[in-house]
Amino acid sequence: MYKLNLSEINAFFAKIAQNEKLYIPADNGKGGARYTEWAEGVELSNACNTERSAKDFFFPQTENLVDFKVNGKKIEVIDSREECEDFVVFGVRACDVKSFEILDSVYLTDPIDSYYKNRREHGTVISLACSAPEETCFCRTFGIDATKPAGDARAYIAGDSLYIEALTEKGSALLSSLGIAETDDTAAVYAQIAETEKKLAELPLAALEAKDFTKKQLDAFNAPVWAGLSQTCLGCGSCTFVCPTCQCYDIKDFDTGHGIKRFRCWDSCMYSDFTMMAHGTPRNTQLEKFRQRFMHKLVYYPMNNDGVYGCVGCGRCLKKCPISMNIVKVMKSLGEVTE
Amino acid sequence: MQKVMIERAAELLSSGKVNRVLGWRAGLFAHDNTPSVFTDAADLQANFVYNEFCGANLSKYLVKESDKEGTVAVFLKPCDTYSFNQLIAEHKIKRDNVYAIGVQCNGMKDVNDREKLEERCASCKSRKHVAYDELIGESGEILDSNRFDMVEKLENMTSEERFEFWRGELSRCVRCNACRNVCPACTCEKCIFDNPDSGSANKAPADPFEENLFHIIRAFHVAGRCTDCGECSRVCPENIPLHLLNRKFIKDINELYGEYQAGETVNERGPLVNYTQGDAEPSVVYERGNS
Repeated sequence: MYKLNLSEINAFFAKIAQNEKLYIPADNGKGGARYTEWAEGVELSNACNTERSAKDFFFPQTENLVDFKVNGKKIEVIDSREECEDFVVFGVRACDVKSFEILDSVYLTDPIDSYYKNRREHGTVISLACSAPEETCFCRTFGIDATKPAGDARAYIAGDSLYIEALTEKGSALLSSLGIAETDDTAAVYAQIAETEKKLAELPLAALEAKDFTKKQLDAFNAPVWAGLSQTCLGCGSCTFVCPTCQCYDIKDFDTGHGIKRFRCWDSCMYSDFTMMAHGTPRNTQLEKFRQRFMHKLVYYPMNNDGVYGCVGCGRCLKKCPISMNIVKVMKSLGEVTE
Repeated sequence: MQKVMIERAAELLSSGKVNRVLGWRAGLFAHDNTPSVFTDAADLQANFVYNEFCGANLSKYLVKESDKEGTVAVFLKPCDTYSFNQLIAEHKIKRDNVYAIGVQCNGMKDVNDREKLEERCASCKSRKHVAYDELIGESGEILDSNRFDMVEKLENMTSEERFEFWRGELSRCVRCNACRNVCPACTCEKCIFDNPDSGSANKAPADPFEENLFHIIRAFHVAGRCTDCGECSRVCPENIPLHLLNRKFIKDINELYGEYQAGETVNERGPLVNYTQGDAEPSVVYERGNS
């Protein structure tokens, strides 16, 4: 493992930023944290996680796909894609790293989404093990170990030091280029892992169990509890937009006045025109829209992906839903009816 | 309070006076209560909650609930009663189908910083219930609030500073529409921003000013009808102080047309939908703009 004193962390960031853009979680001045491009003066946040997820790096809220210029009867098609530059994201938590795997399974299987792939290939992820999980955290429910996040490299902050180890060739290439000292003395890291494991076991949602709903998918689909759960849902997109695994998008044309910009943007199954077709929408009521979101994460996605759930337990929806309805409440209610 | 409210709600249900009760359902923690409709006493006993984290304004749910068969009982905090009145004035709530129970409120806590009162409660405009069929706890007075302090600060900025302030705040908008969907003044059946035929429907900021316009247009649309319930800022996942846009309109209306509080009464015509010979001339805009 590489080791450096925390007092040198900004010099470490500076070294990475010399060659490529570096993003780290920084306080947003509003009581939360958000990924910010590192520059002198940008400090690493102590927050458990960022308010917006890390999916933005690979699946931004909007991106231009193609431009059209109309000239008389001629339509010129312009490939507006910009080749992505190499970048590094530091401080991604285990839940968010796991979300990349889920996005990969959607965007990197045939037909491969070249826009997503481009970003993924140019990004290096340095994860950061959790040491102070929050009451809204439940990654353990989905078998994610917050103390051993994946990524190209993973870091630990223990005592007054930053420990960091490479997990992939990409991570190894980056770390070895930085000239940091290596150490065999990793006792502090293991002590911290043990301590964090204790904290994780004591979290209020530690006992939450992910039941296998896939075997009783029709029972789950027809469960009467959906009516109560969705009853006061506002139909806004907060949950979908803060969610690291929500991956649906819409493609729209923007008339610039002298041409068309075709762009894609995040969509939300909570919205009235989600998957709108010529005959209308297949899900007319908020109950159906609401059910779709949770069935996707708890039933449809696992059915198609060897039982892997489409939720990573980051807890953002627990914090951000205007009416405090969330996947944990859904799992509990659904668990009872599919027993 | 909670115990009395549960007892009263159970009584109303069993007597047949109402067939549903709109209140708050306890969550996983003490601070994540969800608005909910109750129909039986056992459910009320087990899950009904009224604590300092019941910020959600239940008035807007009455648009749908009062359209159903039977009578729905609803618990309204003082500020919620203003939205309630305003929705009745706009013919959105069928008053006869609602049994309104005013409940005392001592201010709601901020979910993000649970030691603190929510901003709207720290600058509470009124502890008085302006509508109810019965009251549980006490109804207070209209307060001498400092709620326009920040608006004044913004007014005293140069236009460049103000532009900078709003660009900074609104640039964080993710267009989740939570502010619009929770707003009791936003009750259009099809919002122009959702209507693909409107030319202004969008799910994301399509250019760098898009989300700014969304909020400005929304503030204009609710001007004169916004009661300053503060739900827009409470629900914003990006903590944008959206209520300041509405408060600016309220302050301007107060200054140009005389003190007016939307939702205070049901029968009064608001200043922006009423004509009097004393109305401010349009030129006032230019005069104020130049000052």
